[in-house]
Amino acid sequence: MRNVAVRNWVIGAGTPVLLLAAWWFLSANSADPFFPPLETILIRFQELWLFDHFQSDVLLSLGNLFLGFAIAAVAGVVLGFVTALVPPARWMIDPLIHFLRGIPPVALVPIFISLIGFGTQMRVTSIALAALFPTMIATVDGIRSVSNDLMDVARVYRLSRKERVLNVLLPAAMPQIFSGLQVSLQVAFIVMIASEMLGSSQGIGAMTLLAQQSFMTADMWAGILLLGVIGFLVNILFSLLKRKVLSWYIGSRRMARAA
Amino acid sequence: MSARQAPALPTRNRKSTMAQQPETRISATTPRLDVAHLAKTYGSGEKSHTVIEDLTFTVDAGEVVCIVGPSGVGKTTLLKCLAGLHPASSGRAAIDGRTISGPPPEMALVFQDYNRSLMPWLTVRKNLVLPLRHLKLPAAELKERCDSALAAVALSHADNQYPWQLSGGMQQRVAIARALAYRPEILIMDEPFASVDAQTRFDLEDLCLKIRKDFNMTILVVTHDIDEAVYLADRVVVLGSRPARVLKVVDVDLPVPRDQITTRSLPEFARQRTEVLSLIKRPA
Ligand SMILES: Nc1ncnc2c1ncn2[C@@H]1O[C@H](COP(=O)(O)OP(=O)(O)OP(=O)(O)O)[C@@H](O)[C@H]1O
Ligand SMILES: [Mg+2]
Repeated sequence: MRNVAVRNWVIGAGTPVLLLAAWWFLSANSADPFFPPLETILIRFQELWLFDHFQSDVLLSLGNLFLGFAIAAVAGVVLGFVTALVPPARWMIDPLIHFLRGIPPVALVPIFISLIGFGTQMRVTSIALAALFPTMIATVDGIRSVSNDLMDVARVYRLSRKERVLNVLLPAAMPQIFSGLQVSLQVAFIVMIASEMLGSSQGIGAMTLLAQQSFMTADMWAGILLLGVIGFLVNILFSLLKRKVLSWYIGSRRMARAA
Repeated sequence: MSARQAPALPTRNRKSTMAQQPETRISATTPRLDVAHLAKTYGSGEKSHTVIEDLTFTVDAGEVVCIVGPSGVGKTTLLKCLAGLHPASSGRAAIDGRTISGPPPEMALVFQDYNRSLMPWLTVRKNLVLPLRHLKLPAAELKERCDSALAAVALSHADNQYPWQLSGGMQQRVAIARALAYRPEILIMDEPFASVDAQTRFDLEDLCLKIRKDFNMTILVVTHDIDEAVYLADRVVVLGSRPARVLKVVDVDLPVPRDQITTRSLPEFARQRTEVLSLIKRPA
């Protein structure tokens, strides 16, 4: 068991290292303007992001991402509960959900990009809007799949409405809510970058696009590298949170599989 | 069997409901639990399915009544009607003369599907606490109730574990402990001892009789085990199918207190279990 974990970890960490090494050596003497040597990219990476543009651009992008995602997460869960539990809201929103469910969340991105105006507010709004739906739909699905048995228990023991929502429905729907949040996070990240590439002069996306347009390919690659690193770190943070919140679910699933 | 005259339980769980209870409560003629011509039909129109057509029986305060009947006859359905989870299609079920229209505050129900009735995200102790939260008990009493309920089902050591880490029989005991910690006046259990080992089963049966005595609880138990029904009950309600109806209410006249070895070896015990068995075996 432990050995397998260690082996998986080594493979997981080793593959990117190998790829980076390959990139390093294969690009070492590259004269191709589009594929500068990794060394050059890393130097520009360090010059640009550590820490020249860190505050002005990196923190700005991250701030937008987290603010937009946080709004989407809270609003998505709240709207999901309202949709699942309040009949008039259900009648109104259900058709919309059925329609949206068939569309991959990323396909909605163009709509929100077209909404993007100038200024941080607009950018955060579009990130939040785009990221809202996956969480909301997952929340509705999660609440609907809570077993009747648990709700019967809640009724027999006369839990208040608030307790039923916060202490039964919310935790019971949490595994599905988290899968929704995961998708929302990806969407938020994509819209964050896209929103900066369009009509903005600040942020990692803007810097990266500007570099590409000015034929500063090393800078462009440095920007892409940074986005990759951020995406990776954000995903790790999210997984840690998920592992903490859903430890009961992960444990029970493991137990069920072992049985 | 005559209605046992029982002193009113000190009511811990609620403040107002006792005041509303009609005077008839004291009268020997009003049973604690009164099921009269109860019928339950699932669905409507073409797909309707009548599970219970006309059920009548009563449970007096402080009594232990067991319900036996073939699988699928509608025992769980009956209990869910009594617990106010399903509305009766016709007839009525009443507590102290008040028709049950929603989950009654003085009642706790141990579900048949114990593994689906525990919250998997809560530890054993927190599962016990959840129904007690809105009672706003002092912390010390809350702890005392959980401790004693867990001790009663011999699970004190498991209070920090999650239900899914426990065996089926242990989960069932957690569900029982949750009901005990709630300190209901009426305890209803749906095949509560079905998946525990023989020794634990005897212990839980005796626990059942003990809490009846200590708290003057009224207890209604559905079971498949005829010996268990006769051992536990003051009366056994034998159900026949389909739709469910009462074949007979058997008065169990075994001496109290009961004891697993002496009671079960009485000739009277054998006679009563044979009576119940023959009612069930006979094609209905
Ligand atoms: N929610 C429901 N909707 C429709 N039919 C139901 C529902 N619940 C139970 N039934 C039906 O009612 C009948 C009686 O079921 P019930 O669970 O009450 O039987 P039971 O006596 O408890 O059986 P067992 O001893 O196996 O637990 C069954 O035919 C079942 O299919
Ligand atoms: Mg049943």
